[in-house]
Amino acid sequence: MTQRPIRDRISEIADKLIRVEQPRPNRMMLLCEACNSFEVNRFLFSELGLRFVIVTGIDAEDSFEILYHYSNDHTGCLATVKAFIRDRENPAIESVTPLIPGAEWIEREVHDILGIDFVHHPNLKRLILHDDWPQGVYPLRKEVRT
Amino acid sequence: MKQTLKKPILAVGPFHPLQEEMEFYQLTIEGEKVVDIDVRLSYNHRGIEKLSETLQFDQVPFLVSRVCGICSASHPLAYIQAVEEIAGITPPDRAMYVRVIINELERIHSHLLWVGLGGHFIGYDTVFMWAWKYREPVLDLLEEITGNRNNYGNVKVGGCREDIPDELIPKINVELDGIEKKTEMLTKAVLDDPVLHARLKGVGVLSKANAVAYAVTGPTARGSGLGIDVRRDDPYAAYGDLDWKVIVQPEGDVFAKAVVRLLETLESVKIIREALKKLPKGPVAVEVREIPPGEGCGHAEAPRGETFHYVRSDGGNRPVRHKIRAPSYVNVPSFKASCIGQDIADVTLTLAAVDPCYSCTERLAVVDSRRHPIADHEMLLRLSREKTARLIKEMDPPPFKLEDC
Repeated sequence: MTQRPIRDRISEIADKLIRVEQPRPNRMMLLCEACNSFEVNRFLFSELGLRFVIVTGIDAEDSFEILYHYSNDHTGCLATVKAFIRDRENPAIESVTPLIPGAEWIEREVHDILGIDFVHHPNLKRLILHDDWPQGVYPLRKEVRT
Repeated sequence: MKQTLKKPILAVGPFHPLQEEMEFYQLTIEGEKVVDIDVRLSYNHRGIEKLSETLQFDQVPFLVSRVCGICSASHPLAYIQAVEEIAGITPPDRAMYVRVIINELERIHSHLLWVGLGGHFIGYDTVFMWAWKYREPVLDLLEEITGNRNNYGNVKVGGCREDIPDELIPKINVELDGIEKKTEMLTKAVLDDPVLHARLKGVGVLSKANAVAYAVTGPTARGSGLGIDVRRDDPYAAYGDLDWKVIVQPEGDVFAKAVVRLLETLESVKIIREALKKLPKGPVAVEVREIPPGEGCGHAEAPRGETFHYVRSDGGNRPVRHKIRAPSYVNVPSFKASCIGQDIADVTLTLAAVDPCYSCTERLAVVDSRRHPIADHEMLLRLSREKTARLIKEMDPPPFKLEDC
């Protein structure tokens, strides 16, 4: 169990990353700014051929974090791209759906629940919220209490 | 004036007449051919991800086992693996084996359920009757081990809640022999049936390239020649110690997915038998005091594919974020690749072939009761009576007399 396939080639996108964390041997975190996230995702999906798993959107109070999870099924390792969106007023990030069709639903979901604008998404309409749900209320933001 | 011709749209749903769950497919058709397809979900949201942030770490497994009644062993297991990763906990060996046994029993009953439904969908109800009958003893075994036929609630952070008593092992082995024999018979009957070959082969093909693009998992991926299985690729519980093989079929059609599921059922019987033989002695849980700050990912191979959980802890007693990705969430959207160009009759079956679980797929919505009033039974009754009274007043119908009938 090793992250060698990523480690060996990570220098190709080193200028796009803030830093790389490896909390456990089979887990890896690639931290980047939102503006560089598409390039890092393209590298993992198209260049390294990792399997796209899912996107997690997190309201981290001072910023939004968009986590793209990938799995390397040959080594059993998970790699996560953690992209920071600093602008809380108009949060936006480049969509990966044109590259990975399987990301369409989850980007629409994150758009619904956190209000993130996925730029260049081909079909960014509501997926999970009801049509009557009020505009501008995003249920997974921390200010919405259960 | 330029006139544009609109293509007819065939609406299937919002309550699906065949799969009996809430989803709304809109098929754009040209004659019998489906040329485009869209889906509307979210009729059944329960807000599980948000609710999870309000529960303590040891309460969440009971919540996530209710993500789906069928995968109620895989979801808690994936969550628990994520939490154990954060806290650096290694459960005792016996717990690892108990987890394998429960999860494989779940796979057997889920695959048999699908085979039965698949038969029902194409009008072959004999298969439906057989498969569901053979599934019954599996549920009985799960009840005997965990106390429940579904929603087992048997895993916890640090191990398992219930052990498998040693005196139950001979009985499980006897039941397994029966299940194996009947599943073999069913497999042969299904795979040798020329009618099924004619009906299922070449229908709803998902190519390997599309399987990668849509990031599908589980039998949907393995039926398209993509040999991925979390149990082998990132071994969890005791799967690394056991000898079994991943079933892969290259064709990508509905028949291939059926073959994968049937052969996997037999493989699961072998896994359980070996796990029972190797079941180590000792406790099934270690004590867990607190969960440190950090983030962890857990994934497990549910019957429908990989279920993935991401948990973030800030050192308190509740997760600050808990993301759940059920396998159907990536398997269902692959219909864009497998259904377009098919006949309407084949699309229904193709949609069912990924074994979609809408319960899993839809988990997240929150009802803000301050903005929208929630109507209870009395209120609905009152509104209904008021409406009827209003209509009678508006329409002024002649008085109804029984003797006129």
